[in-house]
Amino acid sequence: MQPRDMMQTVHPGHLRWRKWKNRLFAGVIFGLALLAVLPLLLILAYVVFRGAPGVSLRFFTSLPAPTGIPGGMANAIVGSIVMVLMATAMSAPVGVTIGLFLAETHHARWQNMVRFVCDVLSGTPTIVIGLLVYAMVVAPSGGFSGFSGSVALAILMLPTIARSSEQVFRLVPVTLREAGHALGGTRTQVWLRILLPTARAGVITGLLLAVSRALGETAPLMFTAFGNQFWSNNVTQPTAALPLQVFTYALSPYDDWHQSAWTGALTLVAIALIINLFARWVSRTRR
Amino acid sequence: MKRRSDRVLDGWLWFAALLALALFMAFFIMLGTESRASVLRFGWRFVVTSVWDPVHSVFGALPFLYGTAVTSLFALVFGGLVGVCTAVFLVYFVRGWFRSWLGGAIELLAAIPSVVYGLWGLFVLAPWLQHTLEPWLGRWLGFLPLFQGVPYGVGYLAAGLILSVMILPTVTALSRDVLLAVPRDIHEGALALGATTQEMITHVALPYARSGIISALMLGLGRAVGETIAVTMVIGNRPEISASLFAPGYTMASVIANEFTEATTHVYLSALYEVGLLLFLLTVAFYVVARLFIRGIAKTEGNV
Amino acid sequence: MLSIEIKVEALHAWYGNDEVLHGIDLAIEPRSVTAIIGPSGCGKSTFIRCLNRLHETNPGARVAGHVWVGGEDVYRMDPIDVRRTIGMVFQRPNPFPTMSIFDNVALGLKFAGVKDRRRLRARVEESLAMAALWDEVKDRLHQPAMSLSGGQQQRLCIARALAVEPRVLLMDEPTSALDPISTMRIEELVQNLKQTYTIVIVTHNMQQAARIADQTAFFLDGHLIEVGPTSKVFTKPDDKRTEDYVSGRFG
Repeated sequence: MQPRDMMQTVHPGHLRWRKWKNRLFAGVIFGLALLAVLPLLLILAYVVFRGAPGVSLRFFTSLPAPTGIPGGMANAIVGSIVMVLMATAMSAPVGVTIGLFLAETHHARWQNMVRFVCDVLSGTPTIVIGLLVYAMVVAPSGGFSGFSGSVALAILMLPTIARSSEQVFRLVPVTLREAGHALGGTRTQVWLRILLPTARAGVITGLLLAVSRALGETAPLMFTAFGNQFWSNNVTQPTAALPLQVFTYALSPYDDWHQSAWTGALTLVAIALIINLFARWVSRTRR
Repeated sequence: MKRRSDRVLDGWLWFAALLALALFMAFFIMLGTESRASVLRFGWRFVVTSVWDPVHSVFGALPFLYGTAVTSLFALVFGGLVGVCTAVFLVYFVRGWFRSWLGGAIELLAAIPSVVYGLWGLFVLAPWLQHTLEPWLGRWLGFLPLFQGVPYGVGYLAAGLILSVMILPTVTALSRDVLLAVPRDIHEGALALGATTQEMITHVALPYARSGIISALMLGLGRAVGETIAVTMVIGNRPEISASLFAPGYTMASVIANEFTEATTHVYLSALYEVGLLLFLLTVAFYVVARLFIRGIAKTEGNV
Repeated sequence: MLSIEIKVEALHAWYGNDEVLHGIDLAIEPRSVTAIIGPSGCGKSTFIRCLNRLHETNPGARVAGHVWVGGEDVYRMDPIDVRRTIGMVFQRPNPFPTMSIFDNVALGLKFAGVKDRRRLRARVEESLAMAALWDEVKDRLHQPAMSLSGGQQQRLCIARALAVEPRVLLMDEPTSALDPISTMRIEELVQNLKQTYTIVIVTHNMQQAARIADQTAFFLDGHLIEVGPTSKVFTKPDDKRTEDYVSGRFG
């Protein structure tokens, strides 16, 4: 057998073609990666440029007004905050507990089922969550309400909180738990005194991301909180929410309402970005 | 011996876990019960006929199924391609702070509320499509039925593009993680044979990561199918089936969003619940398929 | 044999700011086996990875100096050409898990532009035969490469490297993950292959070096301490440190 007999018969231009193909590939990849960043930049730019002119004290302090009269979205902002706080209060204790169940117990079959359910629920269309809450809460209680809106948001947040806390609990070294048990702690004491404090930053990060998602959701509120043009100081009444208000105004025929929609969108994006950056900062400073 | 505090804690853990399972069952039970009337009345005709007439209480959901299929497949192909290529870019062409910065920027796309995508799609993207892209596509590719007809701006194309952007973070982040997990010695094996970067990626790395990438695409598809608000704002909301991407259409999620509060008769409500049930079953199915592919990865790795 | 196949001059290598090779000079004759020995972390793997320019693909890695193979300066050639001239076998068998046995061996040829099925098949058979694997796999060429045992996988990787007809074969501790019988087969194989190829093998197993190498080079902390005919390095080394290492006093 003579080495190198065959390679010489390969067309000498072949390597040039391969290198050209390699460069073309790199170019296409680079181009598509740019294309991926473009929408983020465009959306942020438009939201800032179209939204900023409408930013004023009035926008954050007054009620929506008919077209032609300057108004604001104060009730929607407050409604969003109230509903998300209620949703967090319902969802966080249960979600973190599910995380504990998934990370710390030894019921493999049940854990797999719960994990599967959480993953499916986190991919469930939010509009379908709205349907469920309508059937379970709104229809029996006789009407749209802020409370039903927060139930929908709580269902939306639950799987995110559960899976993120599970992952955080799993990161806590076994040795810490063993040290706790070696000191004579009961399981409850070890979990409450050692596990939860150690995992706190990570759990909070997961909560913040869930809150950020809930604040921006429109679909699950459409047939639960429903929206409201006035102050609602009662969670059994229809309640306004910022994303719902943006949606309504965007689809209206009036230019001044469109302006309000852009300003509302700017507010939503600002809140989402601040919470996300804050969440990243929390998770980074603790590690 | 079990402490009482531990017993209480166990009870609370089981309560939370069972609550999650109950919630899951509730979707099946409630959506099933509420859509009963429609299922019994229309049977299979519900998914194969296309007359949606609330006045005469005749409901065929085919236009919505079609709209959901067209827009999410568009997003799967276009957003999926861009997403996977971006993941390749992040893993093989950049390193260090730029990689994390760019990856972080794309993950921020997931933080933008969907109503903001809708707003942008309606006031920025749709007019651009109507006046620039659609006439241009019509001129050069008009021989295809996909690109024929009057440019409306709002329609399948607008919805597909918005959905492509919305599934990008999911597809990119998951594919990136899968590619980062391809062992270094597999890469070096290819390089040592004299492979170019492109050959190493397309012949060795992508086939190795195939199941993970498919599962990323499936999760992206699930997201596209269920997305409501942004699509409702840009799809045009017309319950008709058109071959042209320029035409307005309707999706399953957006018909629920638009008509649910206006549905007056029992059977109308029930029909909308049935659309919701189908939507729920679809996303469950996509998730299960994605999981099967993830299991596929575990198998390949077990053998190495 | 007075000609020189591989010539290395003042070769330095870095990982980030850590210099891991401090100026290596070495000459290797054609159709010979050179063993690189030394304790873990002495730079022996880095050294052979500099020969086919694989070192520089690590993030932050850097190389300076000269390597000539067959009279051509490796660092002035295209890295892709370099790696086609110099084959490499790795520490852990790394067949491409998604491909069949056949496709693993044929991949390098496909990269090189060989499209003719008959020629591909002939070359795959030839390479598998050279790697002493043909008889074991000829009836299942299209089964997944991962269905082979560890020793067979490593011989498959050797066949894969040989298929593109390199001049030089680099082996980075090729038997460290294998059982004694597979190890023996690979050692026999090396003896046969040296009639055609120039082989550089990194090993942490001194008996292995003694058994198969014509020339042995001893590395310590990124320096080439001593190089010479294997029998001399193992029985009458010039340097005290070499003597300590080969007699097992450290490492």
